[in-house]
Amino acid sequence: MQRIKGLKCRECGRLYPIEPINVCDYCFGPLEVDYDYAVIRRLISHERIAQGPRTIWRYRDLLPVEGDRIVDISAGFTPLIRAENLGRRLGLMHLYIKNDAVNPSYSFKDRVVSVATTKAVEFGFTVLACASTGNLACAVAAHAARAGLQACVFIPANLEVGKVLGAAIYGPMIIAIDGTYDDVNRLCSEIADRYPWAFVNINLRPFYSEGSKTLAYEVAEQLGWRAPDHVVVPIASGSLFTKIWKGYNELRLVGLIDSPPPRMSAAQAAGCAPVVTAYLAGENHVRPVKPATIAKSLAIGNPADGAYALQIIRRSGGGAAAVSDAEIVEGIKLLAETEGIFTETAGGVTIAALKRLVEAGVIRPDEVTVAYITGNGLKTQEAVIDHIAQPVRIAPSLQAFEAALAGSRLIAEPVR
Amino acid sequence: MKKRYLFTFPPELVQEPIIWQLGRTFAVVTNIRRADVEETHGWVVLELEGSAEEIERAVAWAQARGVRVDPVVGDVLAG
Repeated sequence: MQRIKGLKCRECGRLYPIEPINVCDYCFGPLEVDYDYAVIRRLISHERIAQGPRTIWRYRDLLPVEGDRIVDISAGFTPLIRAENLGRRLGLMHLYIKNDAVNPSYSFKDRVVSVATTKAVEFGFTVLACASTGNLACAVAAHAARAGLQACVFIPANLEVGKVLGAAIYGPMIIAIDGTYDDVNRLCSEIADRYPWAFVNINLRPFYSEGSKTLAYEVAEQLGWRAPDHVVVPIASGSLFTKIWKGYNELRLVGLIDSPPPRMSAAQAAGCAPVVTAYLAGENHVRPVKPATIAKSLAIGNPADGAYALQIIRRSGGGAAAVSDAEIVEGIKLLAETEGIFTETAGGVTIAALKRLVEAGVIRPDEVTVAYITGNGLKTQEAVIDHIAQPVRIAPSLQAFEAALAGSRLIAEPVR
Repeated sequence: MKKRYLFTFPPELVQEPIIWQLGRTFAVVTNIRRADVEETHGWVVLELEGSAEEIERAVAWAQARGVRVDPVVGDVLAG
């Protein structure tokens, strides 16, 4: 019996073979991988997973790959940290941080791109491509290098320097487009029609997005095979949010956990909050917005999976919060100063939203809560550079040092 | 050629026969596959068939009328 049945339209349910396609020909709905969970249930076990590599590929039975060649740069199995300091500050007894800032290219995108690149090799593509606000470009360039594929990544011209450099170092062709994010989006859909390339988030999207499920699997395993009570996840397209939900539900379906899936709460920046706005207004429609936020990796004005994310927030009994740019910076600093984790603006959104949701009573103090931190702070230095203490510059003498110390917050007495 | 689009309508355009007007004004065939239109907002997933230039003109016209036009591939941009 086959683990993977094929692709299935999320809207009309039509079935398709496993091919590099992402849209249903009939209703133009999104295609998703269709598994036979009865087969997987017989195959998978805690022990089998424990014997696997310390990467996302320990969950291979639940990922849509069939060949022998896996493209793995060690994405995943990132730390789940018991955040006692931050928990105390916010009033949470059991807070954890899933730190995906420490992936090989410094964001959770390594998970999805590892799966997409493996599929690209299976399908026989020679060029790996994507359109990106930065993190994805880094992950695609790194995985293409590992797989021996050519890479071409498309970015908006106003991207943060850290993200351009983080992609450029792997040697891809980088196309910086003069225009808005929407312009990049439209151009790439045309290029994908014309060139036989593996666009990880267009024609490989059904496979690519499945990589995000590993963020649920890992947290459950790291908690001793149980789901948390509540998770806080940032929303850009809504794909990460819906796949984390899917991941927890699958674990239950295949018998790896008994606990119900967590309450799912959404975090967005106030300058681009179409899903949170719809949730708070009690609406079913996600209305497009024009993004204006420092959280560029979340700046998607018309999220493709927004309506699905909205349903999950409601169905799981979660909540939602949209936070200002000032709160995002505070969130970045709060996580750094309490737990020693430096996250990018998207992580600042998550921490600021977590704070809001606790204050509003949406997250209860005794819930086992996980905040997903998806990217590394060194990539968005521009956001915090004006909000941190500057070095104290002194002459190379003990006297100058002690003069500086006297004017500081540091509490220190010399030994004699 | 055929191209797939997601048209999203702001409240002030919900009662306007935009797609009918588009089909009358440009040499394109409109073919709606999915839609959800309510009193205050709506979206339509449709196919436009015609020459590349004519489709481009039709899309530019719809955008100028205030319709948000996205390609049907999901969000390409992500992170």
